[in-house]
Amino acid sequence: MLPVLLVLTMVEVGSGLVLGTFEASLYRYPTLLVLVPVTIGTAGNLGSILASRLSTAFHLGTLSFSPTDEALAGNAVATVALAVTLFPVVGAGAWALRSLLGGAQLAITTVVWISLVSGVVLAVLAVAVTLVATYGAYRYGLDPDDVVIPVVTNTCDVLGVVVLLAVVELTL
Amino acid sequence: MSVLAVAREAYEAALPPLGASLVGGLLAGVVLGGMQAELRAVPGLLVLVPALLATRGNVYGSLGARLSTELHQGLVEPRVDLGNRRLRGAMAAALANGLLASAVAAVAVFLILTVFGDDVARVTTLVAISLVAGLLSGVALTAVVVVVVFVGYRRGRDPDTLVGPVVTTTGDVFGLAFLLLAVRLVLAAGGGA
Repeated sequence: MLPVLLVLTMVEVGSGLVLGTFEASLYRYPTLLVLVPVTIGTAGNLGSILASRLSTAFHLGTLSFSPTDEALAGNAVATVALAVTLFPVVGAGAWALRSLLGGAQLAITTVVWISLVSGVVLAVLAVAVTLVATYGAYRYGLDPDDVVIPVVTNTCDVLGVVVLLAVVELTL
Repeated sequence: MSVLAVAREAYEAALPPLGASLVGGLLAGVVLGGMQAELRAVPGLLVLVPALLATRGNVYGSLGARLSTELHQGLVEPRVDLGNRRLRGAMAAALANGLLASAVAAVAVFLILTVFGDDVARVTTLVAISLVAGLLSGVALTAVVVVVVFVGYRRGRDPDTLVGPVVTTTGDVFGLAFLLLAVRLVLAAGGGA
């Protein structure tokens, strides 16, 4: 557990360095600063729910690694559907809170668009990362509870920062 | 079960905790947005934020997932019993891992920013902030995880679906709120940059 944790911590430091390079934009558009925790949190959550469900199925012996496995395909579909439902709410919520606090310079449509595009890209990446990590743990005989959830959550955190900032760059 | 039946079941099970988590994430964002003065006062703190928040999720998410699996396997009873060695050990290990990872993150951020020649606070300031924030949020999160997993399980909910979002949300909100508190405490104690 500890070596994995320290490696993951360093990965997150990398994500922080990416965030640090956008410090100026984040201070100029405070709405984006509000979006950061909720975007990486929701992306990490989508991955961790998927990983947690697959881990338990794995422990109970009901998981098979095949594209036709209903548990795999169904959970993957649900993950993308959840992202499409939740991320527009994330954007609207961040905009509304920032407006209440009197600091919103971005239009609501811009914020919702940034959030939705980031969310859908992140959901697809979360599914891919979770499948690879769960399969890797299974192949190397590691306990998925120890390995998969942390790997997935952290990768989604880092991807969350990178994808969000990339979409911001492309949009603004 | 068909793919769509699995998808519908997974979607319906995950939506309420994710929705709650979203509200928590937005609150955490408001705290972060309101921390600009502290972020500017302690250069390097913004870079440290993802690592500190993730450590909470990692350590206490793993604690929750472990308890879920042990509940499913019947190794742990769903009640708070500090005499249970398995439960106590898991809680102590989580806190120790959380503190160590927080301190390592602070030292790493200091070293990397120093090498890059960026503006960065003193290493003792960053480590002190990380440890204080890690201790306060660790105690709070251990309590939240144990209670949520056990209560959820006793009410017939799958703790696996609850753990991730609950930990990420409370981890983000407590993580940032206690980080803000820790920065103020450390700066007040004379650990300024």
